[in-house]
Amino acid sequence: MSAIVETPCLKLDRVSKLFGGVHALTDLSLEVAPRQIVGVIGPNGAGKTTTFNVITGAYRASSGTVMLDGHAVTDEPPHRIARAGIMRTFQNIRLFADMTVWEHLLVAQPHTGSGLQRLLPMRLSNPQAIDRAREVLEFFELGDVRDRLARSLPYGLQRKVEMARAVTARPKLLLLDEPVAGMNHDEAETIRTLMLKLREDGLSILLIEHDMAFVMNLCDYLYVLDFGVLIAQGRPDEIRVNPAVLDAYLGQAD
Amino acid sequence: MSMYYAGILADVGILLLGALSVYIILSTGQLSLGNAGFMAIGAYLASWLTVKAGLPLTPSLIIAALVSGVIGVIVGFPALRLKGIYLAMATLGFGEMVRSFFLNFSAMGGPEGFHGMQHVSTGYIWIWAILVLGLVVLLETSQIWLEIRAVRDDETAAGLVGLNATEIKVGAFGCGAAVAAIAGGLFAHHHVYIEPGNFSFERSIDFVLAVILGGSTVAPGALAGAVILVILPEYLRFLADWRFAAFGALLIGMLVVRRQGLLDRALLRFALPRSSA
Repeated sequence: MSAIVETPCLKLDRVSKLFGGVHALTDLSLEVAPRQIVGVIGPNGAGKTTTFNVITGAYRASSGTVMLDGHAVTDEPPHRIARAGIMRTFQNIRLFADMTVWEHLLVAQPHTGSGLQRLLPMRLSNPQAIDRAREVLEFFELGDVRDRLARSLPYGLQRKVEMARAVTARPKLLLLDEPVAGMNHDEAETIRTLMLKLREDGLSILLIEHDMAFVMNLCDYLYVLDFGVLIAQGRPDEIRVNPAVLDAYLGQAD
Repeated sequence: MSMYYAGILADVGILLLGALSVYIILSTGQLSLGNAGFMAIGAYLASWLTVKAGLPLTPSLIIAALVSGVIGVIVGFPALRLKGIYLAMATLGFGEMVRSFFLNFSAMGGPEGFHGMQHVSTGYIWIWAILVLGLVVLLETSQIWLEIRAVRDDETAAGLVGLNATEIKVGAFGCGAAVAAIAGGLFAHHHVYIEPGNFSFERSIDFVLAVILGGSTVAPGALAGAVILVILPEYLRFLADWRFAAFGALLIGMLVVRRQGLLDRALLRFALPRSSA
């Protein structure tokens, strides 16, 4: 295995999360290198979504550190972590009610100017946000539904909008929680292509996914969790034949 | 214009400002039942500034709004840790606290009230009302309003796209408090006499009612609500003692038939096509 020379985009160092006395995560260490697509797999309740919640600051880690580009973000509030460059999507899609697709792309670009600037109409205060939103709209091929309420769209498109919202602010790392759950093969293929294109643009991606074929075809590296403990890591071809994984996850699925 | 209509129109203008103060806070998903408290702060402070300090009314109103806004932010920080009904109760408590403060504050007349203010015209009240309404309507095209809508809808998801929900909610609370203070200052200088009883819980409820009736999702809803709330009881006078009961029934009917209030975005889009970008 080639050693990672660059600073990892994301690095978890022995992160644990306890809920009362329950160990949801125990000493989890993982890395995502720049432009890597890394998968986290494991049976239900393995701690995958908990991992995401700790990374994004929704949960505070009980111990351990989370580093983004070499800087610890462990105890920052969620909005700071998001602004530092980590964006996510949700397993059960969370789009804003009464907001069009277009508005989702604007709201996800927090202002960088003074607070007062935000009070002006967007055309004046933040024209580059409008340009960026146009770019993302085109990239995700959402132009046709630009002014539709995002929640009124078909499921597959809603997933796309959520991904687009997460990407608009140019994060360094994208966390995708089951991006192709409930999608048919063609829709999943579209998402896969988008993810590969995003990676080309310089984005690192960490994803949780149950669809094994999808993960194996896409990821550069995989981490396997079971009961909050890392039981295996490696390239997809290594994971495919790892006995511990077969036992805990694949064996169970069969 | 007769005195009667001028009086009604002034009441509408003041209620519009009060309703807007609730609307701004409600837009972030917080229900305030204590805005009469901020109105009282504005009324007493502006009156003190004009009567005792000899300042003209306009700067007095601005100072009162700023002070009340700061108090709103200070109160808002701990209060906004509460959600939903608990926040509503806390703001209710704040409103009553302010009222009883002025009841005991003998320097401003205590229970006897305070007077000596110069009467202001209905036109002056409406300049303020239209100015603030216009500002809010303009604000609705800004980035911060999108952020406000995001926070109202899903605070967690808003945080995870980089929005500081606390800052937005506390900021809105401060703005609402400032607008309520302007309503209070104008009220004091329109009626030229104030007493703590003017700023009771019922006043706070009137503000909330105006927003709910007129439309809680668009700023002009506050205007529609203020008009309904002032004019309708006048038209129901023929019902004599029954008019408030009839008004209550109408209110319930409204909530059953049209929960978002009279005006909403769809209706405005229908009425003024292509105006919203």
